[in-house]
Amino acid sequence: MKYPTSRASAARRALTVLAAGALLGGTLAACSGGGNGGGDTPAPGSDTDVEAALEAGGSLTYWSWTPQAESQVAAFEAAYPNVDVELVNAGTGNDQYTKLQNAITAGSGAPDVVQIEYGALPQFALGDALLDLTPYGFGDLESDYTESTWGQVVFDGKIYGLPQDSGPTALFYNAAVFDQYGIEVPTTWDEYLEAARKLHAADPTKYITSDTGDAGFTMTSIWQAGGLPFKTEGTNVTVNLQDEGSKRWADYWNQLIQEELVSPVPGWSDDWYKGLADGGVASLVIGAWMPGVLEGSVPDAAGDWRVAPVPTWDGTPASSENGGGGQSVTKQSKNPALAAGFLKWLNNSPESLKIFTDEGGFPSTNAELTDPEFLAYESEYFGGQKINEVLGAAAADVVPGWSYLPFQVYANSIFGDTAGQAWANKTDLNEGLIAWQDAIIDYGNQQGFTVSQ
Amino acid sequence: MTAPTLLRNKPSGPRKSITLTVVMTLFLIYTLVPLWWLLVNATKTQGGLFDSFGLWFADDFVFFQNLVETVTYRDGIWVRWLANTLLYVVVGAGGATALATIAGYGMAKYKFPGRRAVFAVVLGAIAIPGTALAVPTFLMFSQLGLTNTPWAIIIPSLISPFGMYLIWIYAIDAVPTELLEAARMDGSGEFRTFFTISLRLLAPGIVTVALFAVVATWNNYFLPLIMLSNPEWYPLTVGLNQWNAQATGVSAQPIYNLVIMGSLLTIVPIVVAFLFLQRYWQSGLSAGSVKQ
Repeated sequence: MKYPTSRASAARRALTVLAAGALLGGTLAACSGGGNGGGDTPAPGSDTDVEAALEAGGSLTYWSWTPQAESQVAAFEAAYPNVDVELVNAGTGNDQYTKLQNAITAGSGAPDVVQIEYGALPQFALGDALLDLTPYGFGDLESDYTESTWGQVVFDGKIYGLPQDSGPTALFYNAAVFDQYGIEVPTTWDEYLEAARKLHAADPTKYITSDTGDAGFTMTSIWQAGGLPFKTEGTNVTVNLQDEGSKRWADYWNQLIQEELVSPVPGWSDDWYKGLADGGVASLVIGAWMPGVLEGSVPDAAGDWRVAPVPTWDGTPASSENGGGGQSVTKQSKNPALAAGFLKWLNNSPESLKIFTDEGGFPSTNAELTDPEFLAYESEYFGGQKINEVLGAAAADVVPGWSYLPFQVYANSIFGDTAGQAWANKTDLNEGLIAWQDAIIDYGNQQGFTVSQ
Repeated sequence: MTAPTLLRNKPSGPRKSITLTVVMTLFLIYTLVPLWWLLVNATKTQGGLFDSFGLWFADDFVFFQNLVETVTYRDGIWVRWLANTLLYVVVGAGGATALATIAGYGMAKYKFPGRRAVFAVVLGAIAIPGTALAVPTFLMFSQLGLTNTPWAIIIPSLISPFGMYLIWIYAIDAVPTELLEAARMDGSGEFRTFFTISLRLLAPGIVTVALFAVVATWNNYFLPLIMLSNPEWYPLTVGLNQWNAQATGVSAQPIYNLVIMGSLLTIVPIVVAFLFLQRYWQSGLSAGSVKQ
């Protein structure tokens, strides 16, 4: 066991594949046979059941890695003393999804309530792992959430979770670096390209941004460019990573990659954090949750950063979602009414939402996003800028209609091996996207979906 | 076997080889540079990690602050992980050594029906990497309701086909069958013979197996990764990886300085164990190679 991590990650990927396969087997059986794939499906509850369950009490397990979860659970237990919530941090992102998938495949061990990002939600929702919350009256909550986040938790008219945070994209830029080299804040992608050239020419150690081929960033970008590469209806999936929006973005981003105008530092690495502090990575198009990360992890750059809307393609403001997610109730939950009650409190009660935003979360609820106090907040880190005015506007400008693949977690895990080659070799990104698309189609068909272009 | 004799008899005059020295020096550097990096960077703040040269110290020396922060972060979860790891090592590796010793000795010194079948199974078990068995083991344990409990780590650790094979081969030479026959003639029962005579003769082999088992259990990563979902039961390896993963995504909270300090502290016990046990190990490997 000299190199445990590399062996482990390969093995883990194999495991994800295995788990996903087993999971989908269950789905298809449920579709055709009239349903025992999910085991004992609890009888549908109702709004009043939820209230009764909260009063009666019981115990719940909640998996989350959000930093606010601890305070929220404490406040919930104070409000409902009969309910005992065990908060477990089962890992961040994919680590947790692997564990969740394993527990689902095994038929036991899943929590009652679980945090799932929007990109991963279809996999679990369509895989028959999550409870439809419509019977608990969650349909009435639709108007509380932004259109783009609500659209991420509903599939075929069933509600598989409640949105918690959102990540409408914006352009975060290091104003100190921009000013030093006399660079205007770009409002269109053409200006962005010019800014990238000017900055890198002025100081070869500085780059407009970093990108080494990241599935999340690529999809966010395609989304913002108006692409809709993935569509799912039942088990029929269409993948077209050469639609107008996808091609538009790939053709454009080719120029930055081939002229070596983006930093070759991988996102979230220690070098990347360093670049955020010293201008090596001078701007980011990223979700509205980024201010919390900057404040907490790049303290040296306090006062340097500002935020602006994402550059536009044709002058029309457009944003997309990057990261963010919600919570869902699993079918394995022994007490679904209580779990639904906790979930509703967690992502819909003013008390919980206040804790969430106070501790740096970016909300998905209209009331919080338009709250005058929220909008008037002057961030000291951003030199007193009212950042939420920009970010709140971005939330309203998200291009509608996007959907993820029903096996997005797997697809993202193979992005580097397929599309990533185009980034590494500085070849046409369109070809990289086509390679990724081919791999997605192959995998989907093996898993029992009918995937076409 | 002339080379070892030469070395032992003439400590002053082994042949000098420049090539060998160069190769060994390269190996030494290759081995020590990561350790040096770990040691140096454990003295830095998170900011210092980003803007100082990797193989030398930064301006701030915060070794002890990092140490304190590592063991107190999130109510001292690191200490809990250390205790878990020790539990898995003591019970898992200890049990594996005991079972391997008993089974290996039995295979070496007793004839019984099915012995060849056991031999085939053991050889087959050595050939299959543990990683390949992890998923079936997980599904089985999950049926038994043992996932997310310490048993999920301890029970698979108890089985060491390689250790058993080592003891078996070792016992053939180290415990002379004549000696066992003599003991039987003198009226010693099989258990008494085992505990008073054979066990002592097997000691170097047992230490070797124990060392392998301890290292394997201490470094065990993949099995606990899939078996455990609650950090309360994590061993250090999985726990540190969770800290490392914290640097990514929506609510990123990088704690690289603690990951580095935690890693340094994690390797200390295993280095100590190795230094302490290596004399036994060497004598264990060389014993039996020379007729005395």
